[in-house]
Amino acid sequence: MKFKMLTRALAVVAVALPVATTAAEAYELTIPGTVYRTGPYAPNGIPWANGVADYYAMLNERDGGIDGVKINYIECETAYNTKQGVECYENTKSAGSGALAYQPMGTGITYQMIPKASEDKIPVFSMGYGRTSAANGKVFPYIFNFPATYWDQASVFVKYIGEKEGGMDKLKGKKIALVYHNSAYGKEPIRVLEEAAKKHGFELMLLAVDHPGQEQKATWLQVRRERPDWVMMWGWGVMNQVAIKEAASIRFPMDHFIGVWWSGSENDVMPAGDDANGYLSGAFHAAGDNFRAHDDIKKYVYDSGKGTGDRDRIGEVLYNRGVVAAMWTAEAIRTGMRIHNTKEPTGEQVRDGFEALDVDAKRLAVLGLEGFTYPVKVTCENHQGPGKVGLQQWDAKAKKWSFVTGFYEPDDDIIQPLIAEDSANYAKENSITPRSCN
Amino acid sequence: MFYREAGQFKTSYTADEAIFPILQDRFFIGAILIVAFGVIPFFIDDYWANAILIHFLVYALAALGLNILTGYCGQVSLGTGGFMAVGAYASYKLVTVFPEMNFIVVILMSGFITAAVGVFFGLPSLRIKGFYLAVATLAAQFFLVWLFNKVGWFYNYSPTGMIVSPPREVFGFLVTGPDAHPAARYLFCLSFVVVFAWAAKNLVRGRIGRNWMAIRDMDIAAELIGIRPLEAKLTAFAVSSFYIGIAGALYFSVWLGTAEPTEAFDINQSFFVLFIVIIGGLGSIMGSFMGAAFMVLLPITMKSIMVDGFGFAVGAAKHAEVMLLGSLIILFLILEPHGLARLWQILKEKLRRWPFPY
Repeated sequence: MKFKMLTRALAVVAVALPVATTAAEAYELTIPGTVYRTGPYAPNGIPWANGVADYYAMLNERDGGIDGVKINYIECETAYNTKQGVECYENTKSAGSGALAYQPMGTGITYQMIPKASEDKIPVFSMGYGRTSAANGKVFPYIFNFPATYWDQASVFVKYIGEKEGGMDKLKGKKIALVYHNSAYGKEPIRVLEEAAKKHGFELMLLAVDHPGQEQKATWLQVRRERPDWVMMWGWGVMNQVAIKEAASIRFPMDHFIGVWWSGSENDVMPAGDDANGYLSGAFHAAGDNFRAHDDIKKYVYDSGKGTGDRDRIGEVLYNRGVVAAMWTAEAIRTGMRIHNTKEPTGEQVRDGFEALDVDAKRLAVLGLEGFTYPVKVTCENHQGPGKVGLQQWDAKAKKWSFVTGFYEPDDDIIQPLIAEDSANYAKENSITPRSCN
Repeated sequence: MFYREAGQFKTSYTADEAIFPILQDRFFIGAILIVAFGVIPFFIDDYWANAILIHFLVYALAALGLNILTGYCGQVSLGTGGFMAVGAYASYKLVTVFPEMNFIVVILMSGFITAAVGVFFGLPSLRIKGFYLAVATLAAQFFLVWLFNKVGWFYNYSPTGMIVSPPREVFGFLVTGPDAHPAARYLFCLSFVVVFAWAAKNLVRGRIGRNWMAIRDMDIAAELIGIRPLEAKLTAFAVSSFYIGIAGALYFSVWLGTAEPTEAFDINQSFFVLFIVIIGGLGSIMGSFMGAAFMVLLPITMKSIMVDGFGFAVGAAKHAEVMLLGSLIILFLILEPHGLARLWQILKEKLRRWPFPY
């Protein structure tokens, strides 16, 4: 990066700091993180970013990195803004030995990165967010969105509702509302819910909330008037807490209010206090810090003062999401290194690692995360993994999230045709010939 | 000494009417153009193209458009983001509905479509002025973004409402999509900006531009001397929206490649372009470029120095950057309310007298 070298040189001249010597160091696995610690979504962005950073730091301290090769984790601030995400991507993609994987952490930034990273041959791991149809690995060879997508999640919520109502046939005539962030992210589940509404005969009510989501009086007034039986929410940032508070103020039953997994963290329910008791949300990993990996993070990272966040906030939902994202990324890099038998993998080799990723229960136990999440296996065709989703519930007394269901299978009858259709559209618009996976 | 025009005699009207009557200015602009067209394309990489140069060019063009309306014709507009969205969605619909259409034509058509929309939203300016007009254009901003978010036809019914720019060629070179060479994309944007900056410079020096300025300075007096406010104001809206529409089309199709209306074209976009115009200098073509350079390049430079140079934590650097940028804007506006263009002019006068100031 000429620009970086220029500024670096300037800085060196100005204060005589020996920064430029970093270039001469040994090979490191470069993983950029486009995070947001500022801007309207910072309260949710910070715990995630801390979880990722701490997990990599722990691997570096405890194992000397991945298979003995140090991780060079570079953060870049995006403020959840696509334009800054572009700058971050271009700035970090050839940093160090070249970026090995991206976690864009934002639907807009993911969409932005999909064509570019595919061209630059750097895998993008949009864990459970981003473009759902990227699940089709034939069209999106470099994009991964396991362990489950928004579409999986929407169909699982419908299943859960059907179960609670006493059978899927009981859904007929019921009214389900979707309160969503009025952006690409929030609109993602609509298509699946529409299909599900057709299939099961329930009525779908769509309520958009504009960025950043502080103003929802009208939305909830409508909920109060129309009395839907269930409310689902696709929210992020301050929108979540406002929605939960508004729902409480119209006395909407919390156990009939289900948030997407981005609407189910401590930040979202705490402001509503006891009123949030019983609120449900999707999840694919556990909350809490009672895992060996967390002990290791405390021991190797925080005890030596290298932690990025508050020690008491280790184990929050979004922190753990950062941990699980970093874990799968690290495992994919490890797999790629072992397949190609190299200590200096390229983006392409890491992609092969992602496609051969198999983190089963045994591996999770080795990593100190037994029971933390479900086993995930990714293949060349299937980049979305098993697609299983569970539901967790908030206990306001104990201030704890805990699972109330097992992990449901998604409704593939609805989802698979939609994925095929949407990825075919993308392939056509961008003249991509789907690759063969044999 | 540097800017003395003594000895440069004009012997014809054409020479006297030249855009840059002073030799030094011609050299200066010529040198910039030679570097921009002849040198930078050989050294450009993805980072320079995406993060800095195209970013800068797109905002310079949008600022140029807003400057025509606000700086030259005195009509305050907060609808820039909405008009950029019109340009972007027009180009998206054109490339997807008519895949065979030449991409240059697509961009120009997007400009014309935006101009038509701009004229429509400019109609209230015949009755209302100042802050009230600003509020009316604000309505355009919100209405247009809502429209592009609501009506599926505009985004070809994609499930997320996101639009993605398909790859297109100009003279055999890809200019959009991920495969496009950064130099091709940069030159494509640069050509538009140079041609339209040149057109704008000529426009504001001619009859139309003088009409605009008369309306800006005192509309009643302008009417009394025979300038029709309807014509002057609506042409200003049309030309301004045309520029902004082209900027929006380039912003979406060449620069970002994807866009969703609520984020890419929100109200902050309108404010950002307005700040560029105010900081650069109202009623100055040069000012649009200087303002865009200030608002686009300074944050990136500050970030690079703080994060890559001094190794600050990214969050802290971002906070520091926002504070520094804010203070710098206030400082500049206190030192020179007429913007960077005026500072540049003062500098030129000083250079002219150097080394004997008085």
